Amino acid sequence: MTPEAVPQVTTHETPLRRFAGEFRENRVALAALAVVAGIVLLAVLAPLVAPQDPYDLAALSLRDARRPPGFVGSGGYTHWLGTDAQGRDLVSAMLYGLRISLEMGLLAGGLALAIGTAAGVTAAALGGRIGGAMMRLVDLQLSFPAILLAFVLSAVLGQGKLQLVAALVAAQYAYVARTAHGAAAAERHKDYVAAALSTPLSGARVLWRHILPNALPPVIVVASVQVASAISLEATLSFLGVGLPPTEPSLGTLIANGFQYMLSGRYWISVFPGLALVVLVTAVNIVGDQIRDQLNPRLRR
Amino acid sequence: MTDEPTLAVADLRTHFSTRAGLVRAVDGVSFTLGRGEVLGLVGESGSGKSITGFSILGLVDPPGRIVGGSVRYQGRELVGLAPRDLRTLRGREVAMVFQDPMATLNPMLTVGRQMDLVLAAHGRVRGPERRARCLDLMTRLGIPAPESRLAAYPHELSGGLRQRVAIAVALLNRPSVVIADEPTTALDVSIQAQILREMIGLVRETGVAMVWISHDLAVVSSIAQRVAVMYAGRIVEDGPVRTVLRAPRHPYTRGLLDSLPARARPGEPLAPIPGTTPSLLARPEGCAFHPRCARATELCRTLDPERRESDGHGFRCHHPLEAA
Amino acid sequence: MTPPLLALQGVTKRFPVPAPLLARLGAALGRPVPDRAVHAVEAVDLAVARGEALGLVGESGCGKSTLGRIAAGIATPTRGAVLLDGEPVRVAGRKRTTRVQMVFQDPYASLDPRMRVGETLAEGPLAHGLTRASEARATIADWLTRVGLDPAAADRFPHQFSGGQRQRVAIARALAMRPDLLVCDEPVASLDVSIQAQIVNLFLDLRRELGLTMVFISHDLGVVRHLCDRIAIMYLGRIVEIGPAAEIATAARHPYTRALLASVPRLVTEEGDAPVLEPIRGELPSPLDRPEGCPYRTRCPLAVPRCRTEPPRLRALGPVEVACHRAEEVEGL
Repeated sequence: MTPEAVPQVTTHETPLRRFAGEFRENRVALAALAVVAGIVLLAVLAPLVAPQDPYDLAALSLRDARRPPGFVGSGGYTHWLGTDAQGRDLVSAMLYGLRISLEMGLLAGGLALAIGTAAGVTAAALGGRIGGAMMRLVDLQLSFPAILLAFVLSAVLGQGKLQLVAALVAAQYAYVARTAHGAAAAERHKDYVAAALSTPLSGARVLWRHILPNALPPVIVVASVQVASAISLEATLSFLGVGLPPTEPSLGTLIANGFQYMLSGRYWISVFPGLALVVLVTAVNIVGDQIRDQLNPRLRR
Repeated sequence: MTDEPTLAVADLRTHFSTRAGLVRAVDGVSFTLGRGEVLGLVGESGSGKSITGFSILGLVDPPGRIVGGSVRYQGRELVGLAPRDLRTLRGREVAMVFQDPMATLNPMLTVGRQMDLVLAAHGRVRGPERRARCLDLMTRLGIPAPESRLAAYPHELSGGLRQRVAIAVALLNRPSVVIADEPTTALDVSIQAQILREMIGLVRETGVAMVWISHDLAVVSSIAQRVAVMYAGRIVEDGPVRTVLRAPRHPYTRGLLDSLPARARPGEPLAPIPGTTPSLLARPEGCAFHPRCARATELCRTLDPERRESDGHGFRCHHPLEAA
Repeated sequence: MTPPLLALQGVTKRFPVPAPLLARLGAALGRPVPDRAVHAVEAVDLAVARGEALGLVGESGCGKSTLGRIAAGIATPTRGAVLLDGEPVRVAGRKRTTRVQMVFQDPYASLDPRMRVGETLAEGPLAHGLTRASEARATIADWLTRVGLDPAAADRFPHQFSGGQRQRVAIARALAMRPDLLVCDEPVASLDVSIQAQIVNLFLDLRRELGLTMVFISHDLGVVRHLCDRIAIMYLGRIVEIGPAAEIATAARHPYTRALLASVPRLVTEEGDAPVLEPIRGELPSPLDRPEGCPYRTRCPLAVPRCRTEPPRLRALGPVEVACHRAEEVEGL
């Protein structure tokens, strides 16, 4: 254990530009970012790029059902990843499924970020008994597995997009709150906050203009990882049948639908959506890890 | 053996390749150190003085690298030595004292236990003698009630005691060279005085050679025989400490001395060096000090001055100040 | 005699220390728990006249920073009053006045890294209506110029400046509030020697131009002697000696002040043996466990039984005030 001698270099680049530059140095993270961007783009453009509208029941034909990858169906085009039990083109179903998965993930992640930050920063600002009590509540919730909480809540609230988002946010905001609380409490004791208070500036102003912006980076990292886990949590719930209704098939629904055919050798109905899910979640996690490494001064060289 | 210096550093270069560019932190540093000699390595932040110390012990981590020069310890080349051999050498022959004593001490072990481990690791002192050696060293470093300190954990000691224990750990295996990197900077003056006093005595008794890295000219003048002043990765002036501080030849050394409040009457303006230390990424052409120097000419802007020497007093300056 | 600008009256600050777990268990079972608190500052009376610069000197843990924060209105004293022109600095647990401002030690920590320098400087004056939004830019440019920075600095972020430049920004921020009193907590301690001299000169200029009243906290007697009219020496939360800077620096009456001065290394330029440094004997007592009577008696070569029983009060002795029973005999040391 020896301290490192690293020369201090004053650079004139903005923090954002330095951040981008350091990000570019990690090839894996850069590739993961490209994968995430590609998937998001495909999902957004699904109606334009998908060969088939999986919601248009009139376009489906049972004659095309459960066909293997590479099959040329009655529509006259190749089903590169095969078809499902209703004769849906799997590529199209997956693109629309990704759309729903991403929508759920971003919505739940974004709301968890907003609610968790508000709760954590408020608790840090209040401090004392009230702030402490708020954080004990968060800790209590963190001691339950997120999946269990989300499962129970979805079962109680019933099926539907909003209900699912509510369940996901309730299961996940606590992680954000914990991080936001820690970051805000650390900032609160720094000299620039003492300087603002000695000016004096109002407590609310110090909180919003000084503490919050400085506490935000680690919170955003946690939230980005939470987007990935919201996506997989949603897929799990949908797979278990308590998530989204069958009319809005997410990746999880697709996996669940194909699951019964796995043993009969029709692996593609479950496996391809599953692979898409793994790639998406992994890529988001790699990007999140890289951002965390760059923001964490302890891991910094 | 007689004229072989204990430590000879020649044209040492340690560079860091960062994203912002190549940082020439140490760029051609040379000095020698004889037995029982204390060399004060002086400079401001970013001058490369600490990285020089780390480079001697092979403690530079990527993105830093020793790109040239040599470090000879009793005639043996250390640059390029296998990490394993370096580690053996570091504990036994060449030791380091850091500004933060907790860089040396393990918070989970008692002082006695870790001193014992350090002695055992190098296997030259047998069990029963170890305790006596520890106590003797602690007494010599002015640690009160050494017996009871052996059972203490580092966090139970005050900052000053902790640093003295860290120094004791560094000296346990009777190294020939100690590199001390700002060991008293974080301490109060009364504790600093204590450590300086004990170290001066210890150097006299044991003949250990020492590189004392500091930004404080007064501290260096009281412990070192020779001084080397660093600026932007190079030694710009070196020589007997009193001579250099009494009659510096380099304008930078003169500027450092004139910045001290003791040099002016109370309430009168001080004479600081104008400007700021250069970014290591953009070392000025020619003499690195020329943008801040009142004596700079066209020559200084274009040509890097070579080291010149008179009576063991070396300096890198085209327009040196008068000798005393 | 005019009333002082800043008056500290019987200021005491204690930080409660939670009792160890075992003691708390004992308390639950009905055993009394000893009162544990760090006495950071103990019954300090201090007056600073308008236009004066007072240096507050002591080693780490002596309470000088805590006292500075109390004087600046950032911290509330456990007991005692802090008055600025006769008005309390804090009202109902909050600081209201803008007339006392503070400069902190570490310019890397005291500026909000996400705010442009201009925003940092304008924030306070705008919030308190000291300047109008339309004039803010000009005001900021003026203050940046006064502390020796280019007005273009307003558009940059703190990370684009060196330590010395950041400290100039922090000084400009404090001055932009037009304070009567500036409390500086080790403002040059983290700067390089040559930069330190630049900032010391800046303070000298500002004092002359603005007639600032200053409390200057430092461990460096050299810097304080240079900048201040009076010096107060603190030891374990108390002021042990206070007087004109020159008197304290050359003819101190308290044994601690003497010992502190003797342990400052001097620049030796003459050949021959280095003058022997005289360290203070013994260890600094824990602030949790302060000696009875005189706090310095455990390390003092002049200590007599009376020092144990009777805490010395500050008393006038020639030009200085000193808290020592045997100050008259210090000359022999």
